Amino acid sequence: MLSRTAENLYWLARYVERAEYLARTIDATLRVTALPATYIGKTNEWDSALLTAGVAESFYQTHEEANEHNVVDYLSFSADNPSSIRNCIEAARLNSRSVRTALTSEMWDTINSAWIELQEVWSKGTSTREELAKFLRFVQETSLRFDGSAYRTMLRNDAYWFSRLGLHLERADNTARILDVKYHVLLPEEEHVGGPLDFYQWSSILRSVSALTAYHWVYRETLKPWLVADLLILNGTLPRSLASCYENLVRNLDQIGVAYGRQGPAQRHARGIRNRLEHSNMNDIFQHGVHEFIQEFIADNSRLGEIITKQYLI
Amino acid sequence: MAVAFDEMNIPGGDLRPAYQELARWLKETPPEALEYRRQEAELLFRRIGITFAVYGDSESTERLIPFDVIPRIMSGREWTVLEKGLKQRVKALNMFLRDIYHGRDILRAEVVPEDLIFQNPVFRPEMNGQQVPHDVYVHIAGIDIVRVDAEDFIVLEDNARTPSGVSYMLENREIMMRLFPDLFARHRVAPVERYPDELLAALRSVAPHSASSEPTVALLTPGVYNSAYYEHSFLADKLGVELVEGRDLVVRNNEVFMRTTEGLKRVDVIYRRVDDDFIDPLTFRPDSVLGVPGLMSAYAAGNITLANAVGTGIADDKAIYSYMPDIVKFYLGEEPILKNVPTWRCREPKDLAYVLDNLSELVVKEVHGSGGYGMLIGPAATKATIEAFREKLKREPEGFIAQPTLALSTCPTCTASGLAPRHVDLRPFVLTGSKSTTIVPGGLTRVALKEGSLVVNSSQGGGTKDTWILDE
Repeated sequence: MLSRTAENLYWLARYVERAEYLARTIDATLRVTALPATYIGKTNEWDSALLTAGVAESFYQTHEEANEHNVVDYLSFSADNPSSIRNCIEAARLNSRSVRTALTSEMWDTINSAWIELQEVWSKGTSTREELAKFLRFVQETSLRFDGSAYRTMLRNDAYWFSRLGLHLERADNTARILDVKYHVLLPEEEHVGGPLDFYQWSSILRSVSALTAYHWVYRETLKPWLVADLLILNGTLPRSLASCYENLVRNLDQIGVAYGRQGPAQRHARGIRNRLEHSNMNDIFQHGVHEFIQEFIADNSRLGEIITKQYLI
Repeated sequence: MAVAFDEMNIPGGDLRPAYQELARWLKETPPEALEYRRQEAELLFRRIGITFAVYGDSESTERLIPFDVIPRIMSGREWTVLEKGLKQRVKALNMFLRDIYHGRDILRAEVVPEDLIFQNPVFRPEMNGQQVPHDVYVHIAGIDIVRVDAEDFIVLEDNARTPSGVSYMLENREIMMRLFPDLFARHRVAPVERYPDELLAALRSVAPHSASSEPTVALLTPGVYNSAYYEHSFLADKLGVELVEGRDLVVRNNEVFMRTTEGLKRVDVIYRRVDDDFIDPLTFRPDSVLGVPGLMSAYAAGNITLANAVGTGIADDKAIYSYMPDIVKFYLGEEPILKNVPTWRCREPKDLAYVLDNLSELVVKEVHGSGGYGMLIGPAATKATIEAFREKLKREPEGFIAQPTLALSTCPTCTASGLAPRHVDLRPFVLTGSKSTTIVPGGLTRVALKEGSLVVNSSQGGGTKDTWILDE
């Protein structure tokens, strides 16, 4: 297929995934900040929301302090923030228009109708909590619908695989970013000093990757920070864990390799990261330092993005 | 201006046979039901994303072309005549182009004046003596047809460069079948859905000799911001070919390749929707980022077919238009089946004098214009506009032609105050491959939605209708 088409599909999936992640982050932050201060301590949760979205630096170029009003606006509706939900949806639609021939009508319809529907939200914004909640839900549903129509209607060929690569690469990046910002509340048992105060932090992390219920099914335990870290990093059954993202990245890259009859640096690099995740356990990671581990992962993951681009997309 | 020909009603109260069933159906159908269907159609168009961009309109860059749900109907007998005339006309256009870029018999015979060719900015000297695969220049033609009475079909304009609108012909039919299954059950409407198949067959048939037995076709678009982008992506999808932009193509050793995820892949036929001026920055406009550097040298080497060929603008130029009846006679030795609108060439002093004396009755068009821009409709214009135009005309008479204001035929159309006659034209699409010329029965009917208006262009507030040719 055309390199440009593959590139568009890859970025289209990334934008949709990012929009959903931002909606989840805002949602989870709203919940935590609604609690009395005694439950969450003194951290500014809106600050962490900016950090997990990776836009803190650009935000502070134009803002003095982070609060609910300006962070929600910046992450959701700002035309100046290149990775606001609004710009993600705009970019997703533009990408869709450029690769309409590679999309199924269901996928196009999802993006296009969401884009039409959201025009009004862009012009008016949301004035109540209720409207904001409705908007955040709509964004998440759009992503689910898009993902579902891709899964159910696309031919299983390179177009599908490239869009999956975008999805999983973006997802891995998002999960890793949350861990990166919140690692200090995810310390192992013996070092843990936060006490029940952090409970809401942990549940908030899980909520932003839609894993709160999954946690209880997997561990049948009350929330323990090291288990939260285990779930998000190493548990292959959780779709948003780093391990699961890499299983998918390796599989999709292999399928491309088989279809094209040759493997390359992207396949090797992805397998390397997958193997490291497979052979790690939480003890080693804590010994090594969660923060260092996550930072390395984020760098490796974005390196894979560069390699895929070089190998296939330009 | 004469009374317009009504395609549905015969003066005196009777109906033309093709419209009888529709009239019965309209009587049974309450106006609210029509309005409801109209809204439903609009919603469908928006959701499918059948939009076009209006240049210079920053407010809403994507707009819908209004769709009128009342079909325009023609009998099979009428179509047979029209079809024959269209084939004749396009055959002559192709022979004219081949001649202009090679032997130039027609210039020597002084049927067409030389300076009209050689001083014309759309004449491409690069094409002199250049062989085009299978001698086909105009693979896809859109011939704009109007009617003024029950007998004649008149050509308003030949479009031999990159005619657009065929996606509306196909989508209008899809939507009509979805909204009015009953109405279809009561008619025998000739299908249009095989157009993409015929287009692909025509394109593959003209592949260069150096192509493999399975030639690769691609559709070249200027990109997502072009006004007809929807159509480009729609057609590429229906044809099952890659939709490429200039940056996707690269020329190596006079062959054209597209950049794919598996490396470079050779392309044999380009259905290009990029104008001549922009197609190769090395040959034409150097500032073009839409084209492919080196494409013209691959073309000269005979390794790529461009559809339509470069330089076809000389055949659909409005100044050449007035010579079309003579062109048909010259190459085919036949009387033209389709008529021309009588045309005054302002470059000729006698004609200019007449035009200047009768501006308030005439339509004056720019020779190189399109899309309904820059024309004067005398009867509808104010005195001041006419005087301003008169000055323009005196300054540069060779830039204009003039025609009588035609009473375009009308069809019943949904309006705010119920069904009312509105003026229409028709653009059938003529496909020419290496062996045959085909036309799917019908075309794009454009309708001027404003009462009394004669301008059907979508950029000027025109709408479209589904066009039915009845199988008899």
